Amino acid sequence: MSVPLHFQSIAELSAHLAARRISSVELTQAVIARTKAVEARVHAFNSFDEPDALAQAAASDSRRAGGQSCGALDGIPIGLKDVIAVSGQPLTASSKMLANFVSPYNATVTESLQSAGAVLHGRLNCDEFAMGSSTENSAFGPAHNPWDLTRTPGGSSGGSAAALASGSAIATLGSDTGGSIRQPAALCSLVGLKPTYGLISRFGLIAYASSLDQIGPFARTVEDAAIVLGAIAGHDPRDSTSFKTEIPDYRAELKLRRGPWKLGIPKEYFGAGLDPEVGAAVEKAIAYYRALGCEIREVSLPHTRYCLDAYYVIATAEASSNLARYDGIRYGHRSKDAKDVLDVYQKSRAEGFGDEVKRRIILGTYVLSSGYYDAYYLRAQKVRTLIRQDFLNAYREVDALITPTSPIPAFKLGEKSADPLAMYLCDIYTIGVNLAGLPALSLPCGFTAGGLPIGLQLIGQPFREADLLATAHAYEQAHDWHTKFPSL
Amino acid sequence: MNYEAVIGLEVHVQIKTHSKVFTRVVAGYGHEPNTLTDPVVLALPGTLPVMNKAALDAIIKAGLLLGCEIAPVCKWDRKQYFYPDSPKNYQISQYDQPICIGGSVEIELPGAARNIMGEHRKIPLTRIHLEEDVGKLNHHVADSLVDYNRAGTPLMEIVSEPAMHTAEEAYAYLTSIRHTMIYGGISDCDMEKGQLRCDANISIRPVGETKLGTKVELKNLNSISYVRDGIAHEIKRQLAVVAAGGKLIQETRDYDGQTGTSQSLRSKEMAHDYRYFPDPDLMPVQVDAAWKEKLRAECPELPFDKQRRFLRDYQVPYTITSVLIPERELSDFFEASAKLAGPGRAQAVGNWIANDLLRELSAAKLPLAAAKITPASLAELVGLIEAGTLLNAAAKEVFAAMFVTGEAPAAVVARLGLAAAPSDAGELEAWCRDSIAANPKALAEFKAGKDSAINAFKGPVMKAGKGKANPKLVDETLRRLLAGA
Repeated sequence: MSVPLHFQSIAELSAHLAARRISSVELTQAVIARTKAVEARVHAFNSFDEPDALAQAAASDSRRAGGQSCGALDGIPIGLKDVIAVSGQPLTASSKMLANFVSPYNATVTESLQSAGAVLHGRLNCDEFAMGSSTENSAFGPAHNPWDLTRTPGGSSGGSAAALASGSAIATLGSDTGGSIRQPAALCSLVGLKPTYGLISRFGLIAYASSLDQIGPFARTVEDAAIVLGAIAGHDPRDSTSFKTEIPDYRAELKLRRGPWKLGIPKEYFGAGLDPEVGAAVEKAIAYYRALGCEIREVSLPHTRYCLDAYYVIATAEASSNLARYDGIRYGHRSKDAKDVLDVYQKSRAEGFGDEVKRRIILGTYVLSSGYYDAYYLRAQKVRTLIRQDFLNAYREVDALITPTSPIPAFKLGEKSADPLAMYLCDIYTIGVNLAGLPALSLPCGFTAGGLPIGLQLIGQPFREADLLATAHAYEQAHDWHTKFPSL
Repeated sequence: MNYEAVIGLEVHVQIKTHSKVFTRVVAGYGHEPNTLTDPVVLALPGTLPVMNKAALDAIIKAGLLLGCEIAPVCKWDRKQYFYPDSPKNYQISQYDQPICIGGSVEIELPGAARNIMGEHRKIPLTRIHLEEDVGKLNHHVADSLVDYNRAGTPLMEIVSEPAMHTAEEAYAYLTSIRHTMIYGGISDCDMEKGQLRCDANISIRPVGETKLGTKVELKNLNSISYVRDGIAHEIKRQLAVVAAGGKLIQETRDYDGQTGTSQSLRSKEMAHDYRYFPDPDLMPVQVDAAWKEKLRAECPELPFDKQRRFLRDYQVPYTITSVLIPERELSDFFEASAKLAGPGRAQAVGNWIANDLLRELSAAKLPLAAAKITPASLAELVGLIEAGTLLNAAAKEVFAAMFVTGEAPAAVVARLGLAAAPSDAGELEAWCRDSIAANPKALAEFKAGKDSAINAFKGPVMKAGKGKANPKLVDETLRRLLAGA
């Protein structure tokens, strides 16, 4: 039985489109039909614009008919996490604060995808302001894992993962501040890539923690991730932190860059708290690389145990500042009970923000306060330098690192929502990468006995996404995890 | 006990750039509210700042003009506080690493008389840093409206050491900064448009004491004379509190220039914790030697240096230089014209500019740039007068015509027939003889050694010549005839 359109890859679908076996309107209609069938159960979307999506698809078809096709993404439905601005569309960050906000401008990645011809059909659910690991912090209710609807798809980009895994998009974008692309990718059996900090413009991405945030793709295959990455990577004069670097043809490079690679196994990433089934699947993947002729070496990242602490100081400090603009004055939620300016601030923010967002704003405000700055923020930045140095030291010996993405497979909705610390521990293998600014991806490496997806994390060197993708591609070529789809 | 006041000023100068400091939208004044905005200015979700290099160029130039050390790296911090005029609820500023360090402002204190140069002093600076301006609140009965046109305009804060002691010094300091910034093309420093703003930190201490007393920050000094009056008022207030046996408290006070009074805004206990931290959206910018040298080459001569040079090289009186110097274009006009006019004529050029040109421009409500008179035509006019071919009275008429039409003075003279009598020497001599013969009393006085008696003969000669006789020639002829009489 052939795979339905909504579960096919960009590589397959773009070939169909090029050969005129299908039109973009047909593909978009198929994705819309699928979304309508599953969305009530998955809740991946915050907003969905069917007429606009079909108009974009029709425009793609007429481009193609006129011989003006833009390439592999032309006519492909791609969903965006609801923290990425699309002009004329809602932009909510899954917060009551922005429930009625419509963006008057486009993010740079939005413009990149539009000029590549992609059909941007909806904005995807996530944890409020991208803070969380389960989408349970969404003000509009959690997204559900298509592999088990009682479980989380992960977070914060849970809607991006759930939409793609359920066939409601062909690829999606998420943002990753401490693992928010890689962990949901792992929990939903997808490829999720967090690029090097500075490779992709953050202009138009609602900021959570500016020095850690990075946009990246969710895709069904490594090749698809390479295609999407190629469309959105590159220097942007509107983002001072974006880097001027040559962008290779990531898709073509997959076939050109062959191992064997020297791969490092950081011993700190295989300790207590790692689910045995996850550990076993990762060991099998390591064994595969060894069989492929790769040299596998144990390495040490000695400052790993400080990652979570440093992250929650730096990320919350930046968040407390970044979220100050949501004050009810110019846009966003304004309390109806406010009597004066202070009231507008206090009541609007009290009503507009959820608990986790408030928790992080309070923590971040505290660590930046006079008298505490040196002890917390400044020290955390120093620790961050040490953490980055750990990775760079390891890269003197190896090309990339292999770790589990998440210590555990998808957990039950509600299971950890009362315990913020237990939730924070979901990110222990992903956070170091953000602190060090490195590229990393998660790719499927098996299922638990109960049928829950398991993800493998590959961590690469700065701006060497091509090598990272090629390393992942080598594994994917010999495995069929990516050909399995949830039954919904 | 005798007390002295100690004053430090924080001066905000808006930098004149085409666009705002962190986005491309135009910076300006007097536009419809909220028209000079874009998603970045309004701090819409997802927007990011990008530094405007022109603003950094301008502040580095300001630093070079004031002798500051320029930091090798320009780093940005967020200054955080909630207020509706601040769209992000933090202001991008510089905290621990300002771009300009040290330096000084040369000031001139009032002289003994208007035509005597006063004492010059140098007021040391602590730092100058770059930041973004905030929006403006307009308060109404029922609500307040915010205009974000000003938000994001590049602003530099010039912080002096607590090194001034009188309101006059503060006034001179602000005036000097104003002239320097205008010279550098850095700002127009129009206080009415908020392009120059000033807060003063004022304390008093017993004379001889080296520790600073309790500091009061005075805000809202929104004209140069309010700065002087407000500071004088605050010093008096502090002295009165101490004289009455009271104790000063550290506070921020608001000065009302209309009534000449001040009131407390907040005390130290209510001071903000700004929670400064490095802005993660902006990369530090390296300022290398080549960049600095390029800007140094663009720096103009400082006003006081130019004034000293005018006094020395052109021998113009101090009062004329104090009219010419504050406006760079005016002083440039003078210098160009004086050079063309040649040696010994600079004072005449200066007089024409300071008196006639400025008067005509002001009457016509025109800027200097719109003047039809050029340095060359003014130099030519002065040349005609000095050569004696144009009389002063006629020259006024020529000047007025030149101002209106832009003609060369020779053309006006020819058109209106205003040339001093070319004179038939015989005719002139006859007039002179007649005049001497008609006034034996003056002749006697002249012969007795009273040189000025010669003037009595000139009137009738000029009258005979219908005002066109060349006065130089008249003088020469009279002297020759008198010598032989």
